[in-house]
Amino acid sequence: MMESSKGFSSPRSHAFPAGLRVLVVDDDPTWLKILEKMLKKCSYEVTTCGLARDALKLLRERKGGYDIVISDVNMPDMDGFKLLELVGLEMDLPVIMMSVDGETSRVKKGVQHGACDYLLKPIRMKELRNIWQHVFRKRIHEIRDIESHEGLEGLQVTKSGYDWLDDGHFFSGEDMSTPAKKRKDLENKHDEKDLTDPSSSTKKARVVWSVDLHQKFVKAVNQIGYDKVGPKKILDLMNVPWLTRENVASHLQKYRLYLSRLQKENDLKSYGGMKHSDLNPQDSARASSHQNSINFQQNDATNGNLRFAGNNLLIQNLNSKSNEIDTRGAIITEKSGPGISHSLSPLEQEMKSTALDSITPGSFSWREVPEIQFHQENAGNQPEDCFGRMAGPTGGLQSHVQVDQLLPITSISSRAQLPNPIETKPLNVDYAINSFAQASVVKTRIDSFPVPTKSHIGNQQTIQPPSINTPSMESQGFNPSCITNLGSSRRNFSSTTTESPFTSPDEILQVGWHQDYSCLGLQNIEFPDFGDLPIIAGIPAHLYTPLKFDYDQLSDQSELPVINQGLFIA
Amino acid sequence: MERNNQLQRQVALMRQSLFDQGYLDEQFVQLEELQDDTNPNFVEEVVTLYYRDSARLIASIEQALDKSPLDFNKLDSYMHQFKGSSSSIGGRKVKTECSQFREYCRTGNGEGCIRTFQQVKREYSTLRKKLEAYFQLARQAGPRGAASRST
Repeated sequence: MMESSKGFSSPRSHAFPAGLRVLVVDDDPTWLKILEKMLKKCSYEVTTCGLARDALKLLRERKGGYDIVISDVNMPDMDGFKLLELVGLEMDLPVIMMSVDGETSRVKKGVQHGACDYLLKPIRMKELRNIWQHVFRKRIHEIRDIESHEGLEGLQVTKSGYDWLDDGHFFSGEDMSTPAKKRKDLENKHDEKDLTDPSSSTKKARVVWSVDLHQKFVKAVNQIGYDKVGPKKILDLMNVPWLTRENVASHLQKYRLYLSRLQKENDLKSYGGMKHSDLNPQDSARASSHQNSINFQQNDATNGNLRFAGNNLLIQNLNSKSNEIDTRGAIITEKSGPGISHSLSPLEQEMKSTALDSITPGSFSWREVPEIQFHQENAGNQPEDCFGRMAGPTGGLQSHVQVDQLLPITSISSRAQLPNPIETKPLNVDYAINSFAQASVVKTRIDSFPVPTKSHIGNQQTIQPPSINTPSMESQGFNPSCITNLGSSRRNFSSTTTESPFTSPDEILQVGWHQDYSCLGLQNIEFPDFGDLPIIAGIPAHLYTPLKFDYDQLSDQSELPVINQGLFIA
Repeated sequence: MERNNQLQRQVALMRQSLFDQGYLDEQFVQLEELQDDTNPNFVEEVVTLYYRDSARLIASIEQALDKSPLDFNKLDSYMHQFKGSSSSIGGRKVKTECSQFREYCRTGNGEGCIRTFQQVKREYSTLRKKLEAYFQLARQAGPRGAASRST
C-alpha cells in the first residue's frame, strides 16, 4: 500500500521547517492515516508507505526527494532496523523509528542501528512537530565535518549548505546533487559519522577511513577473531590515538553489514549464478537479505559483480546483472550520476578486467578472508564490456581515467583516483584497495600529476606545469607571507607523503595560485584542508586584481581543478 | 433547537463517560484535534480503519491459537500489531489486555494466552459497540455534536 501525496522534487519554497519532506512507513493503516494527518498539520509534505520495500523503492527513485524517514520497527516484509540501516547507508537520511513497544532493548537497538530518534506509540502531535530538528542537525554536522575535514570532498557540497544557512531556506539533498555533489552521498557513506553519539559535544572531526586505517581495522578484527570482535578491542589493537570507540563501532557496524552481504553473494554464487527467483525465499532468512534483493532488482547489463572486502580484495565475477559495488556496506547503484560516488564504477569495471587476468592470491598478502574467489566465467565477455564501458561513462568518469594514465604506479598511496585499466595488475589491486577506502582521502602526489583533472574529487593539489605559472607569478606583487603560509599548508595536505611534493619554489607558487583563487572568491572555494585558510583569506585586496588578471590567463591554458562549482570560502 | 442542544449534551456526556470508564485515552482526543474542515469525519474514518484492520488481526490470532503447538512468536507478533492499532485510536482497555496477552506469550503460557485472548475480544467488541453508538448519536446531534473540547 503506497500512496504518494504530492510531488516533491522541486526545492521547497516555504521557509524551513515547513514543507519538510517526510516519508512515513508503517504497515498499520490506521497509524499511517493518523501520522499523515498529523504531519500535514505540521505543514510537512507527507508521503506514506505501507511496506518497507515500497519505501526503499521510493527513496531510491527519488534520491534527494525526502528529508527524513519515519518508520515503524515492525514491518511485515522487512525488519525495521534493517530498513533503518539501509536508509542510513544508502541515502544517509535521518530516520526516526516508532513502535508501540518501548522496551529499553528495542530502543537501544534502534539507536545502535542509527536511528536519530525513537518514538513510542501513541505518538503525539508535538513529538512530530519537532522532527525537523534531526534534519537540521544533520546539515549542521555535515557542514562542520566538512570544515574540519582534512580531505578535499569538503570542497563540494557546502555551498548549498551555506546558502541554506544564509537564506534560511532549506535546501534538500537534491539541491546539492549537482555533479560535484555526489560527494555528499559518498562522504556520508564512507566517512565515519556516528549519528547518535551523544558524547560529542562540539565539532566532531569526521574520521576518514583511509586504506591504511581500514587495513589496521581489518587486521585488528582478524586478530581478535571476527566472532569475538568488539569496538573497544579493535580500538586498542589498532593503536590509533585519535580514533574513538564510537568511530570504530560505527565502522564495525558497516563492515559487518558489508560482510554479510558478501556472504550472501557467495552463497548465491554457489547456486550457480544469479537467479532472482532463488533470492526471494532466502531473503527473509538472511541478515542482509534486503540488500541483496535490492541488488538484484537493479539489474542492468553488466556482467559481474565486484566486491571489495576491506583489505580483502574479493573479486567475484558473478554472472549477475547487478552493477553495484558494495563498499563498506554502501550500495552504490548504477543510477548515480557522475561524481565521487562513481569513482567506483570505473573501478569496478577495471577490476573486472583485472579479475580476468587472475590476480594471484599472493599479491594480496593482507588478505585474510578465505573467500577470495576469482571466477573466470565471464572471461569472454568482460574485456569488451569493461573497456567499452570505460569509454562510455559519464563525463566525470572519463576525466578520471585520463588523468591517471600518467601516474606512476609507485606513487599510489591513499589516492582515490581511478587507475587506468590498462595498467598492470598490482596497480589495479592497489587502487581497488584505495577505492575501497574511499574517495575521502585525496592526498595525491602532487608531482605526479602532469595533467590536471576535472575530477570533483578535489585534485586541488593537482598543479599545472610549472611553466605556466612562473612568469605570471613573478609579475605580481605577491605577498611573500602568503607563500610562506601556503608552503606550510602545503605541508599539511601532503602529510601522507613522506617527501615534499615540491621541488622548486615555482611549484610552491603554483599551489599558491590555486589557493589564491580561493582568496579571490572568484569561485567559492573552500580549502578546509589548510589551517592557514584564514591567513590566505586575509590577503590584502590590492593583490586581487592582478591575480585575477593572471587567473584569466591561466584559465585559458588548462582546466583549473580547484575551480569547481559549489566551492566556497568558509 | 432545544432537542439539538439536548442531543449535544448527551453526546458530550457519552463521550466523557468513555474516558471516565477507561475505554478511551488521550489519544482519542488527539484524533479529535486532528479533525478539521478538510477532514470533518476524520475520527470516524480512522476508527473505521481500525475496525477493519483489527478484525483481520483477530482472525489471524484465532487461527494461530488453534494450532498445536502454539507458535508464541507469531502470536506475540500479531498481538503486537493489534496493540499498536488499538493504541492509535486510544483503546485503553483493549491495550491493557493486549499487553497481558503478550506477557503470556513471553512466558510461553498457552493457557494464559487463550484465556486472555477472550478478554481481548470482549474488550474490543465492547469498545466497538460504544464507539458506534457514540458516533451515531453525534451524527444525529448535528455537525458540531461530536466536538467537545472541554476535557
